[in-house]
Amino acid sequence: MEYTQVLILLLFSPLVNGVIKKVKAGMQGRQGPGLLQTYYDLLRLFKKDMVLSKVTSWIFPAAPFVVFLSTLAAAMLVPVVTTRSPFVLMGDVIALIALFALARFFMALAGLDAGTAFGGEGSSREMTVAVLVEPMMLLALFTAAISTGSTNVARVAEARGAFYSPSHVLALAAFIVVIIAETGRIPVDNPDTHLELTMIHEGMILEYSGRYLALMEWAHYLKQMVLFTLAVDIFFPMGLARSDDAGLLAATGIYALKMLAMAVVMAAVESTRAKVRFFQLPSILGSAFVLAFLSLVTFIMMGR
Amino acid sequence: MNVHSILFIGIVCFLFNAAFSLLPLRRIRNYSYLFTAAGAVFFFAAGAALLISGPLDIAAPALSSVFQFVFRGDALSGFFVVVISLVSLPVSLFSIGFTRNMKNPGLMAVLFSILILSMYAVVLAGNLVTFIVAWETMAVSSYLLIVFERNQETARAGLFYVVMTHIGTAFIIALFLVLARATGSPDFAGMKAGMAQVPEAVRSMVFLFAVIGFGTKAGIIPLHTWIPRAYPVAPSNITPLMSGLMIKTAVYGLLRVAVDVLGKGPEWWGITVIVIGSVSAILGILYALMESDLKVFLAYSSVENIGIIFLGIGAAMMFTAHGLTPLAAIALTAALFHVANHALFKSLLFLAAGAVARASQTRNMEKLGGLLKLMPYTGFLFLIGALSISALPPLNGFVSEWMTYQALLLGFRSPSLISKIVSPLGGAALALTGAMVAAGFVKTFGATFLGMPRTVHAEQARETSVFIVAGMAVLASLCVIFGLFPGTAIQLAGPVVVLLTGMVPHLYGGGVLGIAQSSASLAPSALACTMVLGLAAALLFIRIVGGKRKTVVADSWDCGLPALTPRMQYTAAAFTKPIRIIFKRIYLPNRELKVSYLVKPFFVKSIRYGGGITPFFDRYVYDPVSRIIHAVAGKVKLLQSGSLNLYLGYILITLIVLLIFGT
Repeated sequence: MEYTQVLILLLFSPLVNGVIKKVKAGMQGRQGPGLLQTYYDLLRLFKKDMVLSKVTSWIFPAAPFVVFLSTLAAAMLVPVVTTRSPFVLMGDVIALIALFALARFFMALAGLDAGTAFGGEGSSREMTVAVLVEPMMLLALFTAAISTGSTNVARVAEARGAFYSPSHVLALAAFIVVIIAETGRIPVDNPDTHLELTMIHEGMILEYSGRYLALMEWAHYLKQMVLFTLAVDIFFPMGLARSDDAGLLAATGIYALKMLAMAVVMAAVESTRAKVRFFQLPSILGSAFVLAFLSLVTFIMMGR
Repeated sequence: MNVHSILFIGIVCFLFNAAFSLLPLRRIRNYSYLFTAAGAVFFFAAGAALLISGPLDIAAPALSSVFQFVFRGDALSGFFVVVISLVSLPVSLFSIGFTRNMKNPGLMAVLFSILILSMYAVVLAGNLVTFIVAWETMAVSSYLLIVFERNQETARAGLFYVVMTHIGTAFIIALFLVLARATGSPDFAGMKAGMAQVPEAVRSMVFLFAVIGFGTKAGIIPLHTWIPRAYPVAPSNITPLMSGLMIKTAVYGLLRVAVDVLGKGPEWWGITVIVIGSVSAILGILYALMESDLKVFLAYSSVENIGIIFLGIGAAMMFTAHGLTPLAAIALTAALFHVANHALFKSLLFLAAGAVARASQTRNMEKLGGLLKLMPYTGFLFLIGALSISALPPLNGFVSEWMTYQALLLGFRSPSLISKIVSPLGGAALALTGAMVAAGFVKTFGATFLGMPRTVHAEQARETSVFIVAGMAVLASLCVIFGLFPGTAIQLAGPVVVLLTGMVPHLYGGGVLGIAQSSASLAPSALACTMVLGLAAALLFIRIVGGKRKTVVADSWDCGLPALTPRMQYTAAAFTKPIRIIFKRIYLPNRELKVSYLVKPFFVKSIRYGGGITPFFDRYVYDPVSRIIHAVAGKVKLLQSGSLNLYLGYILITLIVLLIFGT
């Protein structure tokens, strides 16, 4: 199991997105698409012909693979059901964030590659949001790292108790905002829109079609589930198995429940908030940055 | 062959370059840089020998009983000799292609050799006089290279550089004189030995002088203002030497004085360096983001990277002050690793920018675009440099920044509250820069190499020479090797860490970089392997699930309008406009709108919009200072009227005064 837990993320990440969509539809009084719809969409995309812009260079076809594979490498660094994972030696939370940054770098380049205004706009906004979000994510994780004495996700998860200190709560609040921003959800970005003026993520991948689009979308679902998993590993590690055989089944069940809870939270946030203007984002993200910062300072001053 | 003779051959190689290029052999003259390439190889060997076998006195002719040249190499010198060689070799290759149609190629080759040799001399200098002479030779030769292409822009930049660098030199001379007087020894080894008798206040003064003096050369904020002026105007084969290496000699100076000679200091030394590093890193990249000149952008990015190096050095000093030697060793390894990495990727980027500027006749990225198709090799190699400097795995910049993060986070283990607070905040500063660097390089690479060519400048760009590409390729491969196998670079830094902290950190083994104190590990090669295997699996998966499908090549999506033009692309300025708006408190942006009317206010003839940012330090620090200096100089001029009679009168008065008081 310790070798294959990344497959859980890879295979079930479209499902998690389907669950979010379903819950969201429920909250909005709609029936919504079936839970497996995301799989059908991906499968359909993989089987379609592609249209490539004649302006693009090799960056354009390379980007979906870099994005997908670096997200997959990041997925290998988080313990899903057991902390006994050989892959966590490959890197820690800083490496994980850097792998996300690698994916973002190529996605933003791909946005600029077709030479259209939409792509450039999406790339510019994505990098601007990253400037605000990435340090916040690192700060929130630094608090966890300092309080547990390690930057390794598995070690952090093992060292965390059920006890909730003030710094912990502050970091969690900041991290929720991180997840919303990083997964392109309301109020930062709207995942359902193709309206030029509001889109960030969709703007960057506007030129993609067929299998490349499928890879980009899958990578996006995967990143979302990795972030959910990272959040529960660091802030709610209860139920995570520590040795291989004992309690693995229970751990898997608990993990499924946690993912469901994360999906409901995301759907609730999306259904109750409105998308804000792009230039109002700094005040939301900035206040979350202050929370992350306070969490670090709180831990240093109070020691917990 | 011993180290002496290797060094001797190396020096001869560099002098050969100078001599050969002065011969009237027009067609093959530019190949003289093969000599400097060879010289770099010999110096590399000598540097490696110094790293392995330790201190070595190198004979030098004595000028007189007071002024004596002393060259002495130890592990610290050896490390920097290796770094200088690693960059000099590819830059020499680049120069073969670059200087082919240059004016004054002979002079260029002479100055090129002198600049590199003087940098070797700086890091090998054993006493005060040698160091100052080498340091000044470096300053003067780099000044001459900045003004190599003679025009008003270079003249201004050169003057600014000379003034700034001599302010720094003044502090350096002062600190060495204080040290020599306090310890009674003119050479570094003697200074280190006599350090015990020096009072704390004097040591602290020396430390501050070192920070200001070497900081000026390194380009810490607010002493950075010469960097974005001087780098861009220097010839493209010289900029990497200045940005990749010359500012590293300042890092060497700081390490030599503040860490080696002064030894263990109070806690606030390290904290000062961490704070300076944080400020330089954040403001350096913020200013970089607003630039659309390729080389100015890279120049500001150097300020940022010096900040990162200072973070590592500061953490090491702080840990040493607390007696936490193992942690100091980690921080110092991180700093040294970043020194080597920055030398490699920044030189690569400057060479690529130089290749682009040469091919397209412009450095302005707003006029470029689409170059990846026209200059495929330069574009690919620039991308490697951009990925490295943006600290993206699995390349070298990421590994050294990762180590810096680890060192700063471990700062929480230090016993004092102020260190506990400052060092994670240094980590936060590093986190703030990370995404901004990536944004800056997405903008630069995107505007320059992607999309459609914006002007004819860009359309006509082609690869110009195989040597230019070869030089960049060497640097890019080193970036990849240092990234995938960080053990190589850590081994280079090992003896230096032993010299300066007294212990060797066991950080690397079996492909895994591990920090035992925080049970953190990193295996860049394993990450890369995973991704390569994943690529194979993904391609296979797509083939099986999707089968073979058609690909249609068509126009970009244009909303149904007739053809997109290059002018409709996102510009570099537009790309970072949101950042300019968000950080307006720092940038103090200005905008001007000029509207001219045919019939006011109904018929507008033309609208002209301009915008920019306020160069804060230039306007509020340097301009007032330079005004004061001008005013004072105006007053002093009264004394110096140019009248010979008056001067004779001065001499007479001086003589009388001396006669009265001299007895």
